[in-house]
Amino acid sequence: MNSQKDYMMKFLNSGTRFDGRKLEEYRKVSVEYGVSKNAEGSARVKIGKTEVLAGIKLSVGKPFPDTPNDGVLMVGAELIPMSNPEFESGPPGIQAIELARVIDRGIRESKAIDIRKLCIEKGEKVWLMSVDIVPVNDDGNLFDAAGLATVAALKDTLFPKYDGVEINYKEKTKEGLPMSKEPISITVIKIGDKLLIDPTTDEEKMIEARLTIASIKDKTICALQKGGEDPLTLEEIDQMVELGLKKAEELHKLL
Amino acid sequence: MSYKKRFDKRELDQTRPMEAKAGVIDRADGSAYFKIGNTEAYVAVYGPRNLHPRFLQDPEKGVLRVNYNMMPFSGSGERVRPGLSRRSREISMVTKNALLLTLDLKEFPNSVVDVFVELPQTDAGTRCAGICAASMALADAGIPMKEMVSAVSVGRVDDKIVVDLGYAEEAYEDGPVADVPIAVLSRSQKFSLLQMDGEISKDDLKKGLEMGRKACKEIHELQRKALKDKYSTGDKK
Repeated sequence: MNSQKDYMMKFLNSGTRFDGRKLEEYRKVSVEYGVSKNAEGSARVKIGKTEVLAGIKLSVGKPFPDTPNDGVLMVGAELIPMSNPEFESGPPGIQAIELARVIDRGIRESKAIDIRKLCIEKGEKVWLMSVDIVPVNDDGNLFDAAGLATVAALKDTLFPKYDGVEINYKEKTKEGLPMSKEPISITVIKIGDKLLIDPTTDEEKMIEARLTIASIKDKTICALQKGGEDPLTLEEIDQMVELGLKKAEELHKLL
Repeated sequence: MSYKKRFDKRELDQTRPMEAKAGVIDRADGSAYFKIGNTEAYVAVYGPRNLHPRFLQDPEKGVLRVNYNMMPFSGSGERVRPGLSRRSREISMVTKNALLLTLDLKEFPNSVVDVFVELPQTDAGTRCAGICAASMALADAGIPMKEMVSAVSVGRVDDKIVVDLGYAEEAYEDGPVADVPIAVLSRSQKFSLLQMDGEISKDDLKKGLEMGRKACKEIHELQRKALKDKYSTGDKK
């Protein structure tokens, strides 16, 4: 492990990575909308060889008693074993939970969706939004891919017909979600004294620290998540955030 | 009343449009994609690799393990809860049985070959689409194999015997329906999956199985072509 890391550091010190990229270079990103017909909204995001699907299902249910006027957002991620030989079947592990929660906070805290408008009948009926994130091939940087796929799927979402009693899932209306902002997550990682973005799985194994920065178009940060064991200095945090905001600007153009 | 014309105007013995690709998941040892109508299946194969927990190991031969899963947003109607259900466990089992005897796992004692079937979009015929993709993915992974497996559903809608029922046909209400998913081995032409629910006579069943076997020939050609396409370019993607 150590010799592998030494080898990687040699590369990083010369300013390149195993796949030939520069440290601050993203892989090719593509976004495709409407990839699953039965979902109310869906999207596929590819970052290099990493491929993630996100789908939205809508239903009507009771709001939480403390927020009787608000629709409900639920984000789930399942790291299915199809996408990575190291993932195992079973209930979500801590990795999947963290992923889902970081994406959830990005959407929720940026107030990307006006959940007030999802209220049908105060205290009784509101729209429930389920976001499900599924990686197809994990070649690193699931955080960013999942975040982008989620926003794209939310943008793609159309309400099904609802007559006040029952939802007719077969018929979609023309109405989309009340969405005003598009939070984009960028994860910056630290290996040795180097900062990188868009890590591959090989690079993720060497991570000392990582910071995911979700931001919206006007550069407001709406969620942060530090991971990894190493502490970060203030300067490092500053650099990472700067880098994250810069790259988010590029990804915003893809949506 | 009789079922005159199929809802999507297909011939009685015609499948929905199909698409097959091999090598779609880079990290997997073998993978494939199979689409029939609006039903889409991805399959990844990992292994042979170590099998844990150890008590599941077989010192004589490798073990085949299949996991069938619908993505939470894949179904029409409400969200599908992720994880194992009685339905998904049963389908995993019949899928495994449909594939197992085509493989030769003697060279891999104490190991497992994992097959993950994942469905991003469903519209009837998911287990068959999964089996088609799984057989391709196993071939792509280089698992020793005697023959391939192709699968399709046949059945009855009212007074007609049809191939590859769509969701609307499975839910036909003006007459009896039978849904018979089958899998056919490419060389021996034997059936390795046969299930059925609904109502059908013995003669109609036989007719359906013959029609299904013909459709499976067509599917097999498509599977072979997809595998050849992958390896003739010499490139994984």
